[in-house]
Amino acid sequence: MKHIKTLTTRNLTESVKKGGCGECQTSCQSACKTSCTVGNQKCEQISK
Amino acid sequence: MVHQYKNNGYNMVLDVNSGSVHVLDDYSYDILPAVEAALQPEAGLLVRKSGETTSKAIEDADINELTLAVSNYVMSNAKKCAGDKIKEDITTDLDSLKEEEVKELVSEFLELGLAGSLFAEDLYRDYIFDFKNRQTVVKALCLHIAHDCNLACKYCFAEEGEYHGRRALMSLEVGKKALDFLVANSGSRVNLEVDFFGGEPLLNWDVVKELVKYGRSLEEKNNKKFRFTLTTNGVLLNDEIMEFANKEMANVVLSLDGRKEVNDKMRPFRGGQGSYDVIVPKFQKVAESREQNNYYVRGTFTRYNTDFAKDVLHYADLGFKQISMEPVVALPTEDYAIREEDIPEILEQYDILAKELIARKKAGKGVNFFHFMIDLEGGPCVAKRLSGCGSGTEYLAVTPWGDFYPCHQFVGNEKFLLGNVDTGIVNSDVVGEFKQCNVYAKEECKDCFARFYCSGGCAANAYNFQGNILGTYDIGCQMQRKRIECAIMMKAALDE
Repeated sequence: MKHIKTLTTRNLTESVKKGGCGECQTSCQSACKTSCTVGNQKCEQISK
Repeated sequence: MVHQYKNNGYNMVLDVNSGSVHVLDDYSYDILPAVEAALQPEAGLLVRKSGETTSKAIEDADINELTLAVSNYVMSNAKKCAGDKIKEDITTDLDSLKEEEVKELVSEFLELGLAGSLFAEDLYRDYIFDFKNRQTVVKALCLHIAHDCNLACKYCFAEEGEYHGRRALMSLEVGKKALDFLVANSGSRVNLEVDFFGGEPLLNWDVVKELVKYGRSLEEKNNKKFRFTLTTNGVLLNDEIMEFANKEMANVVLSLDGRKEVNDKMRPFRGGQGSYDVIVPKFQKVAESREQNNYYVRGTFTRYNTDFAKDVLHYADLGFKQISMEPVVALPTEDYAIREEDIPEILEQYDILAKELIARKKAGKGVNFFHFMIDLEGGPCVAKRLSGCGSGTEYLAVTPWGDFYPCHQFVGNEKFLLGNVDTGIVNSDVVGEFKQCNVYAKEECKDCFARFYCSGGCAANAYNFQGNILGTYDIGCQMQRKRIECAIMMKAALDE
């Protein structure tokens, strides 16, 4: 019997290897202006 | 680091360092703390060579022996470990575990450990040393196109648009110099962001239009692409402005605080009249004309509407699909500031909202709530998660007269004046401080499960509450953690 369901996620450890291009949106430019919401930004490399 | 929590009937597990998310049944949820403890070096069950990850160590181990050893550990320690970590959430009788069932479960956990999606180490602390020495480029500007406003919102950090200074409109000349600075200091970055902000930018609309035109003229020859955003209170919106914005603005942020009585209390005209009836029809038109994409209707909640879930749902009922509602940032001395005693109700509101948004989504009436957005598959890389919002390095605010500040929240505080459009950045000490600003530089963030989602939080909030950009804002952190928990739970709920 399987007790664990795993959702599909991006592996952060892997993202170290080729991340950091810097083309993604600056978080405060999206909607917030009064908080820091980085986790919801899109990766430009993946969304291409 | 493994973060476990229960929300809306789901047993959620976030493996913080890998970013993996698992949904567990009650039995595995209660046993996980003991499995995690069994794999720690102090338990002595998993042999690690120097610098070896848990995943590699499992790979190198005799899996049958390891499964047996961990299972025995769980049989003896499950109750204590669960009691230490998940306390009142325990639902299994941990005194009468069955050995074969435990072995089966341990085997499942070890498979995830082997795959690197559970018990992953924080490998990024070393990476941060390179990161601190990185060359940063500027890629986003918040242009304070008007330090003036036609509303008098009670919580305005810009003090009705004046930012502790004088009323002023940005000239076209200053704006052009700012865009030139951005192009010249953006290195090889292609995508550049410019937010027309205020005060109220529509009070200086002709300059906005000319700056868009000027920005476009710079794109091809410099291999750049401008993404413009307009943040407006909506009072002066008309068809001409909407048409232009729909053509040129990648995003439009529409300020509205939810229900009429809430909005009109906090967002009145200077004469005291409410703004709701004037702006809502215009905002609805904007949203429809943008086909319900690439905009946000955005509000601020205060301690006067700690039942803000109703305001978010009010936006949805008005037909808006892209919604943001954020807690006010204010000194505790302000009557509308959120206080520690408001936190339980606010956290409950996020739970209420999450459940309702799941129900609406399942009924085909989904809306996008900015603070519950989380992209598990396509979210940002670790470099982005470590560097945070980029204020003071990648992101600068420009005043109407061309001064640079680390972000819009610091405008008017002379300690943070960085330079201007003529001199460029001259206060490199302050820029250096912002460059150091990352999750590992903040004591409170080191063991927080949310650190790769908020990236250490807002520097301005930290400064306002602790007098130090490397501090944290505890009330904000509590809300942020709840939002992340809700957002991840929603993924599980909508994945069924």
